[in-house]
This record gives sequence, structure tokens and C-alpha cells, in this order.
Amino acid sequence: MADFISGFWDLYVAGFVAFGLLLCVIVLVANMTQESGAPQVKGHVWDESLREYNNPLPRWWLYLFVGTIVFSIVYLVIYPGFGNRKSTDADTETGLRREYAGEMAAAASLLDKYKAVDLKALAADKDAMATGQRLFLTYCAQCHGSSAKGSSAKKEKNARGYPDLTDNDWIFGGTPEQIKESISEGRAGLMNAFGAKLNSEEIRDVANYALSLSGLSTEPDRAARGKAIFFQEGVYAEKLAGQLACAVCHGPQGKGTPGLGPNLTDDIWLYDNSIETVMEGVTNGRNVDAADHPQRAKPMPMWKSFISEDKVHVLAAYVYSLSNKQ
Amino acid sequence: MQSQATYNYKVVRQFAIMTVVWGIVGMLVGVIVAAQLIWPELNLHEILQYGRLRPLHTNAVIFAFGGCALFATSLYSVQRTCHTKLFAPGLATFVFWGWQLVILCAALSLPLGFTTGKEYAELEWPIDIMIAVLWVSYAIVFFGTIATRKVSHIYVSNWFFAAFIIAIALLHITNSAEIPVSFTTLKSYSVYPGVQDAMVQWWYGHNAVGFFLTAGFLGMMYYFVPKQADRPIYSYRLSVVHFWALIFTYMWAGPHHLHYTALPDWAQSLGMLFSLILLAPSWGGMINGIMTLSGAWHKLRTDPILKFLVTSLSFYGMSTFEGPMMSVKSVNALSHYTDWTVGHVHSGALGWVAMVSIGALYYLLPRLYGKTEMYSTKLINTHFWVATIGIVLYVASMWIAGVMEGLMWRSTNPDGTLVYGFFVESVKVKFPFLMIRLVGGTLFLVGMLIMFYNMLKTIVGEKAYDAPIVAPAAAHA
Repeated sequence: MADFISGFWDLYVAGFVAFGLLLCVIVLVANMTQESGAPQVKGHVWDESLREYNNPLPRWWLYLFVGTIVFSIVYLVIYPGFGNRKSTDADTETGLRREYAGEMAAAASLLDKYKAVDLKALAADKDAMATGQRLFLTYCAQCHGSSAKGSSAKKEKNARGYPDLTDNDWIFGGTPEQIKESISEGRAGLMNAFGAKLNSEEIRDVANYALSLSGLSTEPDRAARGKAIFFQEGVYAEKLAGQLACAVCHGPQGKGTPGLGPNLTDDIWLYDNSIETVMEGVTNGRNVDAADHPQRAKPMPMWKSFISEDKVHVLAAYVYSLSNKQ
Repeated sequence: MQSQATYNYKVVRQFAIMTVVWGIVGMLVGVIVAAQLIWPELNLHEILQYGRLRPLHTNAVIFAFGGCALFATSLYSVQRTCHTKLFAPGLATFVFWGWQLVILCAALSLPLGFTTGKEYAELEWPIDIMIAVLWVSYAIVFFGTIATRKVSHIYVSNWFFAAFIIAIALLHITNSAEIPVSFTTLKSYSVYPGVQDAMVQWWYGHNAVGFFLTAGFLGMMYYFVPKQADRPIYSYRLSVVHFWALIFTYMWAGPHHLHYTALPDWAQSLGMLFSLILLAPSWGGMINGIMTLSGAWHKLRTDPILKFLVTSLSFYGMSTFEGPMMSVKSVNALSHYTDWTVGHVHSGALGWVAMVSIGALYYLLPRLYGKTEMYSTKLINTHFWVATIGIVLYVASMWIAGVMEGLMWRSTNPDGTLVYGFFVESVKVKFPFLMIRLVGGTLFLVGMLIMFYNMLKTIVGEKAYDAPIVAPAAAHA
């Protein structure tokens, strides 16, 4: 134990503990005589009527007192507490760590049997999926919600970009292996910012075009002008030179490219589908600083740096099962 | 009685009346915060928000209600058991008005958000300084009276009051050592860093329980129980043993508030062990109080004041059994941070502290106006039953809620995940128990209102009365 900065404090603590226990014993021994006969009124009267008997200490009480003192001495032999004295057993923290490690090892061995099972087969295993759900509630629900519907439900204002995992709409691919990779390695979902190259009218135009792909635009003129920006046609070929066109990532029909850009035609929105929110995304981009983050702190974290591969395996099967009901 | 000299009851009267007033205020705030835990909508404004009202509740009931009760009873009994009038009565008046000013400052500054953030020591530095000055003045009055006593032996109630006064001075000054950084925001920072601050804070915190809420009220008990029962104290010898053991071991018990924290293991172990050793010394006080009634048990049937006093001792015994048990590390692992702690505290605060104060006040109030009886004994009886039912509902519901949420928090699945992964799940199931607690707390408040009415009927229009000083009985009767 390195709790004391000098030998003085060791003696100080041990000394006062010994003194404290000794004082209790002395005061007990000095008063434990058991006088026979009737209890005596001590020879003083205060305030007309206040008097004192001098009954002996109740025996059961005396034994209780002695018992707690004996217990304390035994405890101090077994565990730390008497200054720097080495004890015969571990301190509480070490004991708890040992207990925790044991429980976690038992839990890990439970997952062990799943690691060789194919992900699709695992998704059909009821016991495994019960565990998968509990792991999901422990690690994933903070962002994706306990129902795994994320924050991206259509029309929901202020959606924070946490995808719905139950709708079988995938940005980074929906095969069990792709899901496992997303969990294990993390995902950034980067979109470039166009605010420096386009003015707000142009941004409103291209946002209208994006909304029109899901039939949501109310301003066809703007949507038509926005289409030129989307494909970097006409004046925008020069104006946006050096910048990837929207169509590169989101695809020529806006149907998305796995791993690069989400489908814009399905009315499923990671953030909400208001014109303001879409414009905000075009102006500032999304996760533009993801490259500055360490890998493990990406918007979707790299879970392999936090949890065992066995847990990732069961989680991948669980997430797969959410949109692939058996 | 040759002497026409009288005891000084004025300051006692002032403190006694304010005890009832602050009791009502403090408990009303308690009822409000209990309701806020059920209906968060009741956090109507930042000034009325739970985080600010809760310290107001604890400070009001401990230091305003409990404090006034202790001032009133100690300044009354010390004069009577020393057979002399109060030393430095001007200073006593200063203590009364100063203490009321402190309470007022607390009632303003806490809702406005000025706080040190140290539990039960939230008041900021200017108020801390006022408290220190007042406490030293109180000590001068009390010990001055003891020093000028007309009897050689010091009666047992005064030992406990003395220990309480000395220890609280030590605790308050040490724990409130802080560096003021602003006059306008009243901000200060503790002089102690990190875990040492936590250790000092809980050394203070638990000894506030040990010396303010226990030793002080034992002093009260040792005067008013034998007076009301008209029986001698059961055992002088027991009072010697439990006094010395109590004041010595309480000083060590603080670390049990910091089990499983960054506090070094040896300190946690010592906190637990000395808390366990405290069981017997605490029960010594209970035995001495309850056994004082032997030979007078029949009085319990007809005397509601005695009912208050004996019930308070029973709750004292229960709480001081529960406390050592909860300080055992493995029990604490379940109970800590749950409502069980809240139940335990209120079994002590309502059951012991408030009940013994109420009993003592019912004895005291009429005597300060030259009478021996309150306006209505029947209302005292009603108060007793309303309060007792209130406490039982309060404590039992918090026990259930606390053990339940403790078990929920710690339950794990075989795969290592939590069974109740979301905190809100344990909040949801507590709902009915929070309701029962609110009912219990409200009943206790209603009891205080009954007492207020009874007090008004007893004293309004009556002439204040200072009893003539009683000559000491001839030594060795």
C-alpha cells in the first residue's frame, strides 16, 4: 500500500486505532462490576427531581459491545486498516476486481460457442438473439434507440443522424458481413461541405433537387436549376471544379452508392427531410471533421477497440435479424 | 426560597417558538421536494427547482428546526441543572437573533443558487463565518453557565450538550475552511483537494449526525425523559460508558459514506469498523432512556408527551442498529445511492430527532408561561398518532423502494449485461412508494401544524414567566 507519504502517518493511524479500541475496553472494564442488591440512587439531586440509579451494565449489552470490538480486531488482522500493516487477505478493491474478472470470464465463455456459427444461422438462434438484444441495449441503444429505429424516422425534426436499423435500408451495405464490418471498424458517413463554393440561393436550388428525388420539392424551378449543380453541368463545371459532384457519391439517379452516399430517392432520411436541414447538410457537409478523429471515435465508433470480437459477432447477427425476420 | 433571582427564560422562549415555526417551514419544503420527485413539472422556476430546494430542506430541518430545539432545551436545562441563571444573557440574545439571521440568509442564498456544493455545509463563506462567531458565543454562554454552577457535579445532559457544542465548532470550522474568491457571487473553494476534501466533508457530514443530531438530542433526552417520567435515570454507570465510547467512536465513522470510492481501502475499513462498534454505545443511550421508565410504564397510557419521548428512543434504537449494518461494505454495496439511505435518515430525523424535540417542547412550552400543561392534551395525543403513522409510511416505503432499486441496479444476466440497463426502469417502479412517502411526509407536517395551533392556544395572551432559581438540594440526600 502506498497510501501514506511517510512513516509518520502509518504510526499516526495505527496509534489512534489502537487507542480508540483500548479506550472502549478501558471504559468498559472500569464500569463492569456487577453490584448485588437493589439499585442505588446516586447521591445527587439536580433541579428538584433529577436523580440517578446506578444499575450494572446490562450483560447482553456488554457482550454486544465486546463482540463488536473483537470483530474489529479480527477484521483488522485479515484486511487492511491498521496503518500500513500487511493483511492476510486482499483489500476490497482487489477482491472486487477479482470477482468482476471472474464474472466477465464466465460471460465471455457463454459467447464463445457462438463465434464459429455463421451469422445468418446465428440470427435464427433464439438464445443468441436474446443475448444480442441485451448487448444491443448495453452498447448501441444510446444512439440507435432501444427499438433500433435510430433518430432518422421520417419527418422527425432535429434527427441527429443515427440510422434506423430496422428498415433494411443500408448506407454501408446490409449483408451480415458488411454489418459486422460496420460495427467492428466503425463508420464516418462523410459528406463534403459546399458552403464555400455555392451561395445560399444555389444551395436552396440543389436541396430542392434532392428533395424532388423523393417527390418532396414544392419548387420545380429551383429543383430544375439544382439539377445542374447536382451533375456539375454548365457554369458549375467550372465553379465546382476540384469538388466531387453530388452524382459521384449519390449516383446518377440519386439512388446512392454503398459506402459512399445514401440513396436520395427513397424518402428515408438520416437527418430530417425539411428544406432547412437538407440545406444545412449541403452547406456544412456532414462529419467533415471525421478524418481528424481517431479511428475509434468515429461517429459510429470502432467497436473492436471496446468490446470482444465475440460480442461484435453476436451483435452483427442481431442487427441483421432486425430487418431480416426469419 | 430566599432568593428572588429567576432563571433567564427569554431566550429559551424565543428559540422554543421558532423551533415550531422552522419545523413547519423545513418540513413543508420537504413535502415539496418529495412531490417534485413524483411530478417533475413542479420544478416551476429555477429558484424552486429540486436541486436548490433539497439543500434548503435539509438545512432548514437540521439547523433551523433541530438547531433551535437544541438551543432552547440546552439553555433551559443547563440553567436548571446548574441552579444558576444564564451566563452572559446579552450574548445569548445575540445568538438568538444571529441564528435567525443565518437561517434567513440560508433561505435566500440557497434558492438563489449560492452553494459550496458540500452536503449539509452548502452555505457560502460569509454565512460560515457568521455561524462560527455565533457558535463560539453559544459556547461561552453554555460553558459560562456550567462554570458558575451551584452544584459540584455536572448533570449528564450537560456532558452531551458540551460534547455537541465542542464537536460542532471543530467540525464546522475545519470543514468550512475555504478560500473566498468573490464578494459578489459569494463563491469560495475548499482548501482541501480531491479525495481529501471528500474525506473531510464526510468526517463533518457523519459527525453532524453524530454530534448535532445524536449527542445534542441525547442531552435533551437525559433532561426531559426523567423529568416527564418523574423517575431516576436507570444507570449512571451506563451513561459514563456510552458517553465516552460514543464521542470517541463517532469521530471515525465518516468514511462509511465513501465506500467503494477513491478513498483508500484502509480508511473505508476503519469507517466501517468504528461504525459497527458504535452500535453498543448508541444503544446505551436508548437503554438508559427507556429503562428510566421502569416502574412508570403505566404513565405511557395517559401521557402523550411520554409517548413521544419513548417512541423517539425506539426509533433511535432502530436507526442506530440500521446505521452500523448499512456501514458494512457488502450491505452498503446494495444500499448506497438508493432510497434506503433516505429512509434511514428519516427514521433518525423524524423518528428520533423530531419526536424527542416535540416531546421536550410540549414539556417546555407551558413552563415558560408559568403553567404545567399545554392547552390541549388531546391534541398532543392526536399529534402523536398522526406523526407516528407518517413516519412508518415514510420509512417503510423508502426501505422497499431502496432495496428494490438497489437489487435492480445490480442484477446482471449470465452474459454479463445488466438486466435493467436503463436507469429509468428503476425510477418507474418506485412511483407508488414515492407516493406513499409523500403521504407520510405530509402527515408529519400536519402534526406540526396541530402543534402550532396548540402552542398558540397555550401562549397567546399569557404572561411570559421566569421561574425563581431553585436552591440546590442538600448534598447526599
